[in-house]
Amino acid sequence: MTAELVPTIGLEVHMHLATRSKMFCGCRVAYDARPNSLVCPVCLGMPGVLPVMNKLAVELSVRMALALNCTIPDFAKWDRKHYYYPDLPKNYQISQYDQPLGINGYLDVETPAGTRRIGITRVHLEEDAGKLMHAEHGNYSIVDLNRTGTPLLEVVSEPDVRGAEEARLYAETLRQLAVYLGISYCNMQLGQMRCEPNVSLRIGAGPDGKPLYTPISELKNLNSFRSVERAVTFEIARHRQEYLADPGNYTLAKQGKSTRGWRDDEGISFLQRSKEEAHDYRYLPEPDLVPFVPERAWVEELRKNLPELPRARRERYIKMGLSEETADMLLAEAFVANFWDVFHETLEHHQGAGKWPIKRVLELANNWTLQDVRRALNEKTIDAPSLHAEFAKQLADLVVLVETGVINRNTGAEVFNKMIKAKLDLNPKSAAEIVKEENLAQTSDSSAIEAFVDQALAANAKAVEDYRGGKKASFGRLMGEAMKASGGKANPQLVKEILLKKLGG
Amino acid sequence: MATTDLTACEIRDAVRRREMSAAEATEASLAAIAALDPKIKAFLAIDADGARRRAADIDRRIAAGENVGLLAGVPVAVKDVLCTANGLPTTCGSKILQNWKAPYNAHVIERLLAEGAVIVGKTNMDEFAMGSSTENSAYFTTRNPWDLERVPGGSSGGSAAAVAARMVPLALGSDTGGSIRQPAALCNVVGLKPTYGRVSRYGLVAFASSLDQIGPFARTVRDAALLLQATAGEDPRDSTCVLNKDQPVPDYLDKLDEPVAPLRIGVPREFFGAGLDPEVEKAVRAALAAYEKQGATLVEIGLPHSTEYAIATYYIVATSEASSNLARYDGVHYGYRSSDHTDMIDMYMRSRAQGFGDEVKRRIMLGTYALSAGYYDAYYKNALRVRRLIRSDFEQAFEKVDCIMGPTTPTPAFRMGEKTADPLSMYLSDVYTVSANLAAIAGVSVPCGFTAAGLPVGLQILSGVFTEDRLLRIARMYEREVDWASRVPPTVAEVRP
Ligand SMILES: [Zn+2]
Repeated sequence: MTAELVPTIGLEVHMHLATRSKMFCGCRVAYDARPNSLVCPVCLGMPGVLPVMNKLAVELSVRMALALNCTIPDFAKWDRKHYYYPDLPKNYQISQYDQPLGINGYLDVETPAGTRRIGITRVHLEEDAGKLMHAEHGNYSIVDLNRTGTPLLEVVSEPDVRGAEEARLYAETLRQLAVYLGISYCNMQLGQMRCEPNVSLRIGAGPDGKPLYTPISELKNLNSFRSVERAVTFEIARHRQEYLADPGNYTLAKQGKSTRGWRDDEGISFLQRSKEEAHDYRYLPEPDLVPFVPERAWVEELRKNLPELPRARRERYIKMGLSEETADMLLAEAFVANFWDVFHETLEHHQGAGKWPIKRVLELANNWTLQDVRRALNEKTIDAPSLHAEFAKQLADLVVLVETGVINRNTGAEVFNKMIKAKLDLNPKSAAEIVKEENLAQTSDSSAIEAFVDQALAANAKAVEDYRGGKKASFGRLMGEAMKASGGKANPQLVKEILLKKLGG
Repeated sequence: MATTDLTACEIRDAVRRREMSAAEATEASLAAIAALDPKIKAFLAIDADGARRRAADIDRRIAAGENVGLLAGVPVAVKDVLCTANGLPTTCGSKILQNWKAPYNAHVIERLLAEGAVIVGKTNMDEFAMGSSTENSAYFTTRNPWDLERVPGGSSGGSAAAVAARMVPLALGSDTGGSIRQPAALCNVVGLKPTYGRVSRYGLVAFASSLDQIGPFARTVRDAALLLQATAGEDPRDSTCVLNKDQPVPDYLDKLDEPVAPLRIGVPREFFGAGLDPEVEKAVRAALAAYEKQGATLVEIGLPHSTEYAIATYYIVATSEASSNLARYDGVHYGYRSSDHTDMIDMYMRSRAQGFGDEVKRRIMLGTYALSAGYYDAYYKNALRVRRLIRSDFEQAFEKVDCIMGPTTPTPAFRMGEKTADPLSMYLSDVYTVSANLAAIAGVSVPCGFTAAGLPVGLQILSGVFTEDRLLRIARMYEREVDWASRVPPTVAEVRP
């Protein structure tokens, strides 16, 4: 007797674009600045100002739309969306209403139940509002307009999502794509990505054969994947309960759409605005901006320059023999994966490569890119744009120097840092140049190494005595001293052999 | 002859040749303002100190042999709808911006300063440029120098009156539906509305963004051309302003005295219908005859959509955009804030209720209604459709004729208070001017005579987009055959020694 209740969920996801400046003025986009320090007459909405479109923001948006398999219409326009709020100085937001820059796409999402294709209704660009904070004491509010005018991309999905986990996976996949393509940093703590699921349940079919639904609830401003899953789970259960309690009345036709907030600490949603209180945004085509009429050739150029998308690339990496974890780490950002590809290819085709099985090449590429390069990125000694193909080739050459025994691993790490420094000084040098200039090549001359070992033994009589007395740990100490005596250049394998021989003798 | 009788070109040339100093020109202007403005009330704010400092600076630079620009030492007044960072408020004739000081200069103000102009003050206007008489100013009504009991027209009435009363040779105004041409006609001065996109709107406080254009007031066509020359051209801050590479700014002065021949003048029968004052018609017909005498051909044309539907279309498009543009005046970030509110929504409501005047409120309500869900298609969308028809009316006309002529206004200047009780009759004083804004074309009003009571009449000449150079030449053809510009308003004559 109970009708089947199928969750029918669409998501609206907002992302701050990774531009240096705001959408319609030259102010910098930053998250740690003093309140109201990143503003100008334009983003303050002063009388007489006019917006000027940020071309990079449009380009990033079109790239995202292309990556989401959208059609890019020949004509897109800007519209004003009106509502009064103190964080919106003009009391309208410049957005795109009925002619957005991307339509009719899809995103494939891997779920435990297999790949799900989620339709993308539209991708459009707008400006973010500022932040209004209510004073804890006293009856006033304060407003920070640094965020006002930050380029905001909105991706609206079809109601194709069928559950809470799927909603989370969709949002995560979208985030991966945006970060990978350098569209957005999607730092959710900073509010760079916000999700708004629209939840409804399909209630079988009505008398006319058309499907019936429970009222749509739009969950506002969820800023973690966990809260997306939890809020949708809660909302599905709530809809089910409300519907079963009053099946004749709890329908979309009767109650329409409402807006709900989410209290993460309590794990409940609450009504913000009912259908009756819905805003009339009075959309108006923006007369201060000319419509966006993309040139076909430009769009095709952007399409052609899209990197291999994460899903296909991941499959290729796994086929190649990388672990899923490694593949995901490389795919976090396209430039890291691009760097890795060049690096790996250079290493594979190196003259000395015959010595190494593919597994070793992967391991090396892995270690160097994921450890050394990642660390340098994190420590900000290098930045993404400097990770170009040329540098990947130079790094591969360095690894070859290590693997063929010209320098040892520690010296390798040192050379790596020097290469970065030389790059920053705009005087790039190859690993071979640095090794030669600083005389860092490894010594494999046995008589020279013997001298270093003797020097270490003579200077550390106590350690020698300990070792011979059975304290094998002292070996490491002596090994280190001998390496130090060589200035770090001795071939560690030979040092070890000679030291063992001498101690044993 | 008084210094204030000189044209801008004459002052500029004299200053450049060091026959007159910028300081002298400025003092003459300030003296005229001091003598006349208490009666005429053209200015909302006068910047005597700033003007004197500026003039001294120009004189110093001229002495040093520098080129100080097209407007060297010329006193200019600007409508208070233009943002100026000179310390004077930019009020737009509204209480809601009573003490608001713009933190930046409008593009045209930057241009004036770059060309050596001396800005002497800011002129009165109907609140937010909404009106045709300056009676909607929150401060006071400007008087028509030809009859102090009558209005100067509007909304740029202060600028028109300041030029007509020879307080300044040049002024800037803005024209959304006739706000330059109509007061120019009523005050016996030249007023030009350039093609939409010819002059940057950056720093022009918006009334209706798709219609607003900034343009010059002057006593002569040549001076109007000079001020257009100084202000026209691209500005990366206004996306709707045309790029110079697409529409180069011609030299408007170079061939100004060359008549346009052959000249075909379109005379729309709709511009000579009911409601047109017979004395105005007579003066305009006489002007047309003067053109014929110079060899021009008059061609009767029809602009079927441009009078019957123009006012209705205009009041939907303009009010819709105004309701949006004026949403920002809410008492939160700048401008007037009520002091007796109870909460945020109440603060919005009271600040706007107390800060805006009746006409502004009326138009915000009309526009809000037109954009509301369920009404948008019936009003705004249809208005845009009619706007396209009006534009095509003109495009078709300009295939057959070089320009279109008719009266600028249906009547000469009306008495103060005559139309305030009936907004619709006030709206109809723009009946011949609004279509040029809807069609985005260029238009000018030139003096073409006086009624028996001594009130000025204006001839409106319209021409296609970006043809200001030809439009000015056509206007000049008539101007040099007549002598209306040399007449001195009685108010001005009275204070002369
Ligand atoms: Zn800004």
